[in-house]
Amino acid sequence: MSTHLIEVIITNKKGVRDPEGETIHKHLILRRGYSMVSRVRTGKYLLLEVNAENAEEAVKIVKELCEKLRIYNPVVHDIELRVHA
Amino acid sequence: MPRVAILKFPGTNCDEDVHHVLRNVIGIESSIVWYKDFVLKDWDAIIIPGGFSYGDWLRAGAIAARTNAVEELGNARSSGVPVLGICNGFQILVEAGLLPGALLLNESSKFVCRWVRTRVENPKGPWLSLVSDGQTLDMPIAHAEGRYYIDNESYSVLVKTSPIIRYLPGFNLNGSLYDIAGIATEDGMILGLMPHPERASEDFLAPRGFKTGGRIIFESIAHSLKRGW
Repeated sequence: MSTHLIEVIITNKKGVRDPEGETIHKHLILRRGYSMVSRVRTGKYLLLEVNAENAEEAVKIVKELCEKLRIYNPVVHDIELRVHA
Repeated sequence: MPRVAILKFPGTNCDEDVHHVLRNVIGIESSIVWYKDFVLKDWDAIIIPGGFSYGDWLRAGAIAARTNAVEELGNARSSGVPVLGICNGFQILVEAGLLPGALLLNESSKFVCRWVRTRVENPKGPWLSLVSDGQTLDMPIAHAEGRYYIDNESYSVLVKTSPIIRYLPGFNLNGSLYDIAGIATEDGMILGLMPHPERASEDFLAPRGFKTGGRIIFESIAHSLKRGW
């Protein structure tokens, strides 16, 4: 057993509007001249410290708990799981 | 007659309250100014009222702090124009770097709306000219991101030089470091505070056991603009 850091990134699904990202994009980034930025999406980040045999198992545990405990809302959110470097 | 600008952003919602107090309670001329129309040189003092500018996206005050209007306020210091930030206005001033520190999510993670008792230390400048050192001011707070944070080094400078408004024991409801409810620049020209003085300027608004501690801030600026500070 060892400790693994697993990142969970929760964002709105493609078709779901993200007013926070739109506001940051339109009123901050574009207003200040960064016209090369074409889109901003915001999300929520969680970092979980997991005791598991290996990183793969840790990801599996986190994926399961995210679904079971409804850490994200699958109706509107996508999640991305990553092993923290 | 001196004129006060009440700066309005999308999401500002205490502008009418401030306008009402300045006009009907204090008797000083003021206008609500849309941020795109704001020109610094037209005004003798500037108030950034409370609300939820840009929906509090990113961080409360972070987007308004990068508008031309607020960047121009950086010049207000050199041109000697007093600036007051109330609640979201305080958040904007801190995000713009015009006041030190940061305002974080309340320790409770919840929006808090309560009357509190504060005490003013080292009052200076146009917004506190009628306030005496150690005077208590009762005002309501209404915010979710009001936990003042400052690093020790900056605080040790601030406490020696600048006006500070602190929550009295039992009234630090957001977990602010050093019980800080409001701070000003060394000369008191720029003042920011989380409590709402405009909601504490008329007797019938103060609940039992509290006094209208906000009025003296507006009386001070009216006095200061007429007679100096």
